[in-house]
Amino acid sequence: MAVIETKNLTYTYPGGTKPSINSVSIKVEKGEFVLITGPSGCGKTTLCRCFNGLIPHFYQGELKGEITVADMDTATHETHAMAKSVGLVFQNPENQLFALSIEKDVAFGLENLGMPREEMRERVDWALKLTDIYDLRERSPHEVSGGQQQRVAIAAVLAMQPEIIVLDEPTSFLDPLSAEKIFEVIHELNKKLGITVVLVEHRLDLTAKYADHIIIMDEGKVCFDGNPREILSTEETRLIGVGIPKATLLYHILQKEGVKLGDVTPLSSEELAKLLQEAFETK
Amino acid sequence: MIEVENVHFRYPNGVEALKGVSLVIKNGEFVAIMGQNGAGKTTLVKHFNGLLKPSEGVVRVNGVETTKTSVAALSRNAGFVFQNPDHQLFSETVEEEISFALKNFGFEAETIEKRITWALNLLGLAQYRKTSPFLLSGGERKRVALASVLAWNPETLILDEPTIGQDYQQKEKLRQFIVQMQTQGKTVVIVTHDVEFVAECNPRVLLMKEGAVVADGEGREILTDPEVLVQSSIVLPQIAQIFLKLAPLGLPKNVIDVYEAKEIVLKALEKRRK
Repeated sequence: MAVIETKNLTYTYPGGTKPSINSVSIKVEKGEFVLITGPSGCGKTTLCRCFNGLIPHFYQGELKGEITVADMDTATHETHAMAKSVGLVFQNPENQLFALSIEKDVAFGLENLGMPREEMRERVDWALKLTDIYDLRERSPHEVSGGQQQRVAIAAVLAMQPEIIVLDEPTSFLDPLSAEKIFEVIHELNKKLGITVVLVEHRLDLTAKYADHIIIMDEGKVCFDGNPREILSTEETRLIGVGIPKATLLYHILQKEGVKLGDVTPLSSEELAKLLQEAFETK
Repeated sequence: MIEVENVHFRYPNGVEALKGVSLVIKNGEFVAIMGQNGAGKTTLVKHFNGLLKPSEGVVRVNGVETTKTSVAALSRNAGFVFQNPDHQLFSETVEEEISFALKNFGFEAETIEKRITWALNLLGLAQYRKTSPFLLSGGERKRVALASVLAWNPETLILDEPTIGQDYQQKEKLRQFIVQMQTQGKTVVIVTHDVEFVAECNPRVLLMKEGAVVADGEGREILTDPEVLVQSSIVLPQIAQIFLKLAPLGLPKNVIDVYEAKEIVLKALEKRRK
């Protein structure tokens, strides 16, 4: 069952001369982990803003085509009505945080749902612990580092346990180990709770291994859409500026040199290391 | 040359962000400062152009103590690009943004015009010359911030997280640009979490932890040492991860480059076959 579906979705920002996304038709199935990538300025962030109705309700502009998210038409459902089903983590956490304490920021969405106090307390603590900011809960979100602010923005969305989580480069300010831990948490929620995840990322080295489905955009259009192992095997993805994982790249280079490593394209260092170990042991 | 001698820095709220840092960055060096969030990386580089002054110890830039000169004078030599472009951008158009510093430094109109065109072309922003920076994507705004600093051609370039939001081609252009800066004898200091970018550039790496420098050396040595990296919350680059796992088969551990990795694997397989 598709939880996000767009048909010929085209959007132009107010005052824009050309559409930022152009005839985008995609389908995201329930429970999928979808990775959206593509060159800087290709329309990834714009597409995410359509998923929770920020486009067209907040950004105005001209939206054409069809879009349904969690059975709602975003053109007729306001952003607040969608908030329960779709959580969006912005690229820049400063655009998202506003409360006087981190804890209050994380609780804000739940308060609006009218959740009982005890249950809210549990949910907030759960989200703060998952993102490793429990000890910071009484600090102001504006006095912590950029990386910690990103954790707060993620916690606020996780606390809502929405059906769909959309994350736009959510860990760009975090150190690599912290980023990896956050992606692990998101992956686990995806697998255990069946939450659909849409992740926008340039760093496929860190994220390709989690994805069931990859969408690559360029100049506002979708140019690849499907299985990450198949799509990242093609030369064309590299040409449009997609930084495929180094392990995947090394696999291709070795295959070209005649080293047989099997037909399943590896997406992580673990997978390629295993293939190489096998190659060494059989020789 | 940047000389840092036993520098301590305390923020007004009492947090000691630097706890006795000493290092020397020579002219023409390319240095990547890495380490976990809150390790003091940004605090340290803000001392290089006098934005922050040490609470204890001394920072000298080209022999002059930063406490004895102005940020304005230091900025002419050391251009700083912030982590978050929104902390830096304020003009109505990309063109005005880039011309701002050039005007302040007293460049002539003709030179300003040439520099703007050069910087915009270099960073693939020519089509946005008359656009408001705030209509651009996150990655594009980051490049506008970079263009505005490159335009005045400082001797030292300090880039805080330059690869955030940049796609592979933009990163490759940035890498080539840094190499070009180095051949002109310029100093480049980057603060970054991007291990794959550092692996491709192989600069000198300074690893920080809790306000101190815990490792200092060639990228390929530091990025392939899991014990050192884990204490700074850094993950090994993918190629290094693969070679760490292959080490029991007798392959070298300190490999970070894809093409070098290919040669090593091919040779090792050849040897096995014989």
